[in-house]
Amino acid sequence: MSAPLLSVRGLTARFRAGGREVTAVDDVSFDVGEGEVLGLVGESGSGKSVTLRSLLRLLPSGARVEGQALWQGRDLVAMPDARLRRVRGGAISMIFQEPMTALNPVLPVRVQIEESLRAHTALDRAGRRARARELLDLVGIPDAARRLDEYPHQFSGGMRQRAMIAIALASEPRLLLADEPTTALDVTIQDQILKLILDLKDRLGMSVVLVTHDLGVVAETCSRMAVMYAGRIVEQGGVREVFASPRHAYTLGLLGSVPRAGTERSALRSIEGTPPGLAAIPPGCAFNPRCAFATTVCREVRPDLSPRTPGHLAACHHSDRVAQASLAA
Amino acid sequence: MSTPEYLARRLLQLVPTLIAILVVVFALVRLLPGDPASAILGDRALDADVERINREYGFDRPIPVQFGIFVRQVLTGDLGDSTSLKVPVAQLIAERLPITMLLTLMAALISVALAVPLAFVAALCRDRLADGMIRGAFQVGLSMPVFYLGLILLTVFGARLGWFPVGGDGDGLLDLLYHLVLPAITLALSLAAVLMRNLRAAIIDVVDADYVTFARSKGLRGSLVLLRHVLRNALISTVALFGLSIGTLLGGAVVTETVFAIPGAGRLMVDSITGRDYPVVQGLTLALAVLVSLTFLLTDLLQAWLDPRIAR
Repeated sequence: MSAPLLSVRGLTARFRAGGREVTAVDDVSFDVGEGEVLGLVGESGSGKSVTLRSLLRLLPSGARVEGQALWQGRDLVAMPDARLRRVRGGAISMIFQEPMTALNPVLPVRVQIEESLRAHTALDRAGRRARARELLDLVGIPDAARRLDEYPHQFSGGMRQRAMIAIALASEPRLLLADEPTTALDVTIQDQILKLILDLKDRLGMSVVLVTHDLGVVAETCSRMAVMYAGRIVEQGGVREVFASPRHAYTLGLLGSVPRAGTERSALRSIEGTPPGLAAIPPGCAFNPRCAFATTVCREVRPDLSPRTPGHLAACHHSDRVAQASLAA
Repeated sequence: MSTPEYLARRLLQLVPTLIAILVVVFALVRLLPGDPASAILGDRALDADVERINREYGFDRPIPVQFGIFVRQVLTGDLGDSTSLKVPVAQLIAERLPITMLLTLMAALISVALAVPLAFVAALCRDRLADGMIRGAFQVGLSMPVFYLGLILLTVFGARLGWFPVGGDGDGLLDLLYHLVLPAITLALSLAAVLMRNLRAAIIDVVDADYVTFARSKGLRGSLVLLRHVLRNALISTVALFGLSIGTLLGGAVVTETVFAIPGAGRLMVDSITGRDYPVVQGLTLALAVLVSLTFLLTDLLQAWLDPRIAR
């Protein structure tokens, strides 16, 4: 692989909550290559969204971000605010899970697109207007000229998400950070939006980091994936390899809980228990209380994320046993 | 619904409101204890004189007829004559009400000018020193009675320092504005405190909203995010509160005008009630009620402009 577009090293995000500091993202490292779609997978509260927001320093005030996020040789984490503002919505754009709450309810869509164009391009008023219309066309919103002057509440869920994508694409970003972009949508619409994102990625030559809890979405869209649990990446590798032979018990559990069509009918397995709260992450491997493979070492020593086969990393003391179990299943 | 339609519907709603105001004002005066004729003539009036007055003012006619006459008079701008000052009520109101309106307007502007920036500072420094100081200062302002605050301002800035006049309405518009500065500040502080608290809470609510994060993710300047995305949304509830407070503000104007000896509608109202000058009380109540409902209309329109979902 050529030099990555974005290279994240040791990214850590801490919040103050209830008088003590909790670590929402702990020592997360990954690369995003040119034109690649990286899936960031995990349950709610695993730190996937916080990871995404930390990259552009979009966390609420009071949060502390450490580590490195190298973007074209510059560290987003340490960059001065004014410079970071040019990257935000310029080279790196972000879309959110809930287009109803992520679009400003009191501003017409036109204003929300044009303010981005104003911040990142030299277009004049007429140029911005024309470009805003082009963008709505690009994301497949019919009757774009009229819809520009409408407000978010006048759009359907799918159209709203398309409008948000149009806003994010305003300045032709090289990297799109997509935070569960299809979770709030109907299944049929979900598919359309995913296809749209993939199609735009190819046409505009973007890379995408796709945060999702839906492994089906990952299988459909991503080339590589990273699985997060309790703020850490526990497994990372090519989607094909991870699906074929997961090396972390948590990933194995996640895959077991996805219904598959076309195979012999088998019981869905769910992962027992719930993910730990950030304030009470168990010592050792954070997954050990829910893990069928757990032994004493899992309760005492935190496993490092290390390569198990080339390009396939896992943070599990028993990754070989997990791999065998996945083959047996 | 489009904006013109909303405007039309809202204007139409004004009609029943105005009718209700007419009914209430008409009934109020007739439900007051003591009959108007003896109020006009004094306690030892002759029966013949009472009858004459009753005939002159129409108090001997059946109530519905009296109401009809009342409505017709109001519609033609004839509110009768003041019984004590012997001048047309309409003329009195035209002289006095603008002063009160000016006072209220100044107070409203001052309270907004104080509340908005301070609410921002307080919300953005939430739970830190600046927030505590701002909220503490307003708490003191809020718990102080209007007349007491007025007297303090009067003593310090009027009598001691001599920066502002201690009372009256001055000569000409500029002088009037100068005379109204201290009273307007007096009137503004409690409203500013209420607005500040409401807006501070609204800003705290909005500042971490998804659409604000999305706006920041677009690389917009911080000031643009605050004004266009945070303030506009936070203002929606504060504008509603502001509209509702205008009535209270007018009530406060009565006290303030008394403290600062300003010949406005508030003073006129107090004097007319004590003097049982029914036509004036009636006309003034009517004018104030119409004024308040027009203010409500304005704040509704302002809200609809801020939040397009309301007009639809």
